[in-house]
Amino acid sequence: MSWLSLPQITFLALSAMALVSGVLVITRRNAIHSVICLIVTLFSVAGIFLLTHAEFLFAVQIILYVGGIMVLFLFVIMLVNLDVAAKQAQFSSHWLVAVLTAGALTAELAYGIYLGRQEFKPSTPPAFILPINNTRGIAVGLFQTYTLPLEIASLLLLVAMVGAVVMAKRKFE
Amino acid sequence: MIPVSWYLYLGAGLFTIGTIGVLTRRNVIIILMSIELILNAVNINLVAFSQMFHSVDGQVFAIFVITDAAAEAAVGLGLIIALFRNKETVNADEIDLLKW
Repeated sequence: MSWLSLPQITFLALSAMALVSGVLVITRRNAIHSVICLIVTLFSVAGIFLLTHAEFLFAVQIILYVGGIMVLFLFVIMLVNLDVAAKQAQFSSHWLVAVLTAGALTAELAYGIYLGRQEFKPSTPPAFILPINNTRGIAVGLFQTYTLPLEIASLLLLVAMVGAVVMAKRKFE
Repeated sequence: MIPVSWYLYLGAGLFTIGTIGVLTRRNVIIILMSIELILNAVNINLVAFSQMFHSVDGQVFAIFVITDAAAEAAVGLGLIIALFRNKETVNADEIDLLKW
């Protein structure tokens, strides 16, 4: 077996970190600990984005996920009293069935990936190679190729914002 | 050079962890966090294929997925607050108003 290259070692370290903290997310009793483990996972995934030369997504992942969504989670955990829930059973009674089903699904997925691993070779660089300026490439993709999906996504965000405000309002009048 | 299949294995692993979290946990907030894990697994796959095909489209779609995650987290957490105000619980199996 040949030696692993530095990007490969980095990838393995980052994915080990992501998987371990991912397991911690779903096993911790205290929801705050779960959030912190999820932040570690998100940072590892951001590092993996950096390894694939997706620099813009790396920044978006950290700013939006870690800086936005996770803070939202922390605020809600502060607003909701979790002391009662922390003392009760953490897993539902059918957890074994769930784990077995998910395990079977993963075994299937892993077997499929293993069978097709020869097909997953990076193609030879075609005429349009990944832009050196990753952000510019994404901007062209977002605002020229996928303009309609972008508008729909902005509409979705508006609806979600209104929905969250209506949902969290104290009383319906 | 990192083989693309490694990314897919990692995506499958994170997806499984998220699925197990959604199916087994009773705390609604942690169920929402598991959904974030699943969406991250999707993003890893999208970015890996974007690199494999030398195209930026996968990354654009990953941005749409992140947008969806933000919208879903906002609405989901709003629902949890409304729920907690009415039922004083965050356990998924105690929320059974529509069951009989």
